[in-house]
Amino acid sequence: MDHFSPVIVAFCCHYCAYTAADMAGSMRLSYPSNVKIIRVPCSGKVSALHIMRAFQKGADGVYVAGCLEGDCHFKDGNIKAAKRVAYVKKMLDEIGIGGERVEVIRMSAGMGERFAQSAKDFTERIRKLGPNPVRAVLNQRESAGA
Amino acid sequence: MITAERKPIEEILEYLEPYDRILLVGCNECVTVCAAGGRKEVALLSSALQMARMKSGRTLEVREMTLERQCDPEYVEELVNFIDQAGAVLSMACGCGVQEVARRFKDKPVFPAVNTKFMGASERQGVWAERCQGCGDCLLGLTGGICPIARCSKRLLNGPCGGSTDGKCEISPEVDCAWQLIWERLKALGLEKRYEDIISAKDWRTSRDGGPRKIVREDLAS
Ligand code: SF4
Repeated sequence: MDHFSPVIVAFCCHYCAYTAADMAGSMRLSYPSNVKIIRVPCSGKVSALHIMRAFQKGADGVYVAGCLEGDCHFKDGNIKAAKRVAYVKKMLDEIGIGGERVEVIRMSAGMGERFAQSAKDFTERIRKLGPNPVRAVLNQRESAGA
Repeated sequence: MITAERKPIEEILEYLEPYDRILLVGCNECVTVCAAGGRKEVALLSSALQMARMKSGRTLEVREMTLERQCDPEYVEELVNFIDQAGAVLSMACGCGVQEVARRFKDKPVFPAVNTKFMGASERQGVWAERCQGCGDCLLGLTGGICPIARCSKRLLNGPCGGSTDGKCEISPEVDCAWQLIWERLKALGLEKRYEDIISAKDWRTSRDGGPRKIVREDLAS
């Protein structure tokens, strides 16, 4: 378990978190390489299914990074995203995967440091939770050559 | 529309316990509109069920299909090419859809994935409320377009009762008193006088009291 390196999918809004990630890069701030960034036009674009599919394919944690409250480029996409994440949390709890594996994180485009720190904190949180329980079956399938 | 809500996943998993391959069938009509059993909900439930299975070390193969209307045999027929590969069918339609699939495929177990609730309308995004109980003898014409059968907790035909307070029903401050609504509406329409007319006792034989109901349109029936 010490060597467990969680796979984390981060849906990042183009107008804030994605730019903040860029900023983190230009500030030479390091953040865990296991965080896989998917750029989205708005955090409100991320549907419950996008998040569920990420887990189904073996992600250990998922976060949706959107703009600060009141700052959404599309008015209330970030609020919608938060509601969807809350919905997925319940569903993940219901099936025993654990709602703590998904989160909403807010930041502005200039917050390179916040981006790097959240990536580290979230990775640490998931590391403590251990691997996504569906991984065992996925690994079996892989080794069976499926 | 007919409204519904997804059942707890645990209950669904119990139904599916003996099966490793299922057909998960949604419906494009009412349950799509009330976000209970349309294409999106089918995909979400499919994902959740597969993960739940994987967690217990097994797999579940799910074929997702969403029919135009699950309460019509023409559309249910579309399942014919896929039914054999599945051990069971899980339906996200209302109870009518579930039964139509069960009627067509007699040797296939069919399970409901939703609880069918009521005939209602959307009050606002994400909120649906009961509006009609299908009593079979509509009296909305007498009550200003507000149904005392579906919306008065006591189904009073001549209300309100003594429990009506500040426009709310005595069962809960969240529930509007239907008879207050009726009165206000009649007033707005200048039809206060109609409120004085006593609505006579209802003949419930047109409702469920007359047993399961059927409509036969001679001009259309084959
Ligand atoms: S308070 Fe109004 S809605 Fe409630 S039971 Fe009485 S008449 Fe019906």
